[in-house]
Amino acid sequence: MTVAFEVSDLHYAYHDVPALKGLSLTVEKGQRVALLGANGSGKSTLLRLLDALYFADRGTVSAFGEVLSEERMQDDETAYAFRRRVGFVFQNPDVQLFSPTVFDEIAFGPLQLGWSKDEIRRRVAVSLNDFAIAPLKDRSPHRLSGGEKKRVALASVLILDPDVLLLDEPTAALDPKSTSEVVDFLVKCRGSGRTVITATHDLDIVEDIADYCHVLQAGRVVASGTPAEILGDVALLTRTHLAHAHRHMHGDEITHAHHHLHRADAAHGEDQG
Amino acid sequence: MGEQSFVCGGHHGGSYLDRLAGGLLHAMDHALDADDLSRRDGFLQKLDPRIKVAGLLTLIVVAVIVKSLLVLGGLFLFAVALALPSHVKLSRLFKQVWLSVLAFTGMIAAPALFLVPGDVLAQLPVLHWTITLQGLRSAAFLLGRSETAATLALLLILCTPWPHVLKALRICRLPTVLVVILGMTHRYIFIFLHNASQMFEARRSRMIGPLSARDRRRMATASAGVLLGKALHMSTEVHLAMIARGYRGEVHLLDDFRTRPIDWLALAGFAAVAIAALWLQA
Repeated sequence: MTVAFEVSDLHYAYHDVPALKGLSLTVEKGQRVALLGANGSGKSTLLRLLDALYFADRGTVSAFGEVLSEERMQDDETAYAFRRRVGFVFQNPDVQLFSPTVFDEIAFGPLQLGWSKDEIRRRVAVSLNDFAIAPLKDRSPHRLSGGEKKRVALASVLILDPDVLLLDEPTAALDPKSTSEVVDFLVKCRGSGRTVITATHDLDIVEDIADYCHVLQAGRVVASGTPAEILGDVALLTRTHLAHAHRHMHGDEITHAHHHLHRADAAHGEDQG
Repeated sequence: MGEQSFVCGGHHGGSYLDRLAGGLLHAMDHALDADDLSRRDGFLQKLDPRIKVAGLLTLIVVAVIVKSLLVLGGLFLFAVALALPSHVKLSRLFKQVWLSVLAFTGMIAAPALFLVPGDVLAQLPVLHWTITLQGLRSAAFLLGRSETAATLALLLILCTPWPHVLKALRICRLPTVLVVILGMTHRYIFIFLHNASQMFEARRSRMIGPLSARDRRRMATASAGVLLGKALHMSTEVHLAMIARGYRGEVHLLDDFRTRPIDWLALAGFAAVAIAALWLQA
């Protein structure tokens, strides 16, 4: 089986407000996928459906060849097996880090999955060293910086060695150094066999963190392709609010405006004049 | 309008928000300061949390049951002696414990001075109320036990990170779910203190003119409502985060405590003091 996730005609609404309207896509095993879209396009909702935190109003989500349903996830064995294989890093680290200390946070997942306590202590120690957060072991999350919180969040999910990693805006509110640490981690995932799905609207990092992209708008996938194909389509990016017209002023006058992608190679779209 | 109109401090409405925001910040500072103290390199800080809980709780029980004022005084001095090498200043104990216990327990103990019959020690002028020796003893016991127990309890909390206190209380069979709930409460109370502080700062930055008492009440009620809404939203999100990591309704705990020879030595010391206190008072 080469497919990690298959989403077919997915519909989901928050009360009466539709968030996903007939979304379909496929994610191959081992692929690094970026879900691109402006705020409110449905990226976070899709990730939560892929993680079986929400369940579809209509349509299906299949993971590893099995349809994800609320009934199936009520079975403990099925749920534990799924949670071991799929890890989710939330956008807000204060939601993700709910335990009193960093040690408790990283140990939470393995404890819930019934690992032996000695094995958990050993793996937590390894995890703390891998993410260079050993000095933070007994610290409370509210005393961590943004970058430290993100490292703890990643450590707390990766201790389970999941086959799939779902990340919701992993670089949001991070300083450049912390952002580069997250990007470096995602770059290393290439070829590792782990499936990584990242929701982001940060175009600067897409080429580094993804092999394939899906662009979302108003709850649907409007385009799919390699990062180069997507990022080269200025009209698409403008239509989906991922790019904007950057206006230049000289004195009190706007002299010209053009679409500006804010990418390292400073690619510019057609000059709008 | 003059520049003074834009200055919040000194205006009635502005000073109310100043007090609110200041109070919240003070609470956070106080908690963070206690957290810092618990991680310093002091005598009590170095001990295994379970040893501290067992030892200090034992001494609290002994202080409550001992029947000799001298022995009780000795236990109190022992508590003070523990504070010094643990970097807990006596001025802090005075402000946080001794003064408030004296005021609160003193109010409860004071009537005993006059109501307990016995040998008359003195008589108050004007009121002619008599203070008896037995009444004084009774009040001294109540006050002494409260001060000693509160001092020992505060030492436990100041010299041990709160999450470790909770885990260590499992030796007293405190239910796991209660430990987890209290631990998460401790975790998130800082988030909501910070949110509340930011809300008041934002309001203060837009304040011009005084707030009437009615407006202040409305503002406080509205703020409480907003914070409740945020708390409910966050609790839903946190629940999802827990489910995403395998939570199925049961919580489990794991501690990383390791006892060393000094811990067992300290426990022996606590036991020796407790036994000596009980033997001496007998």
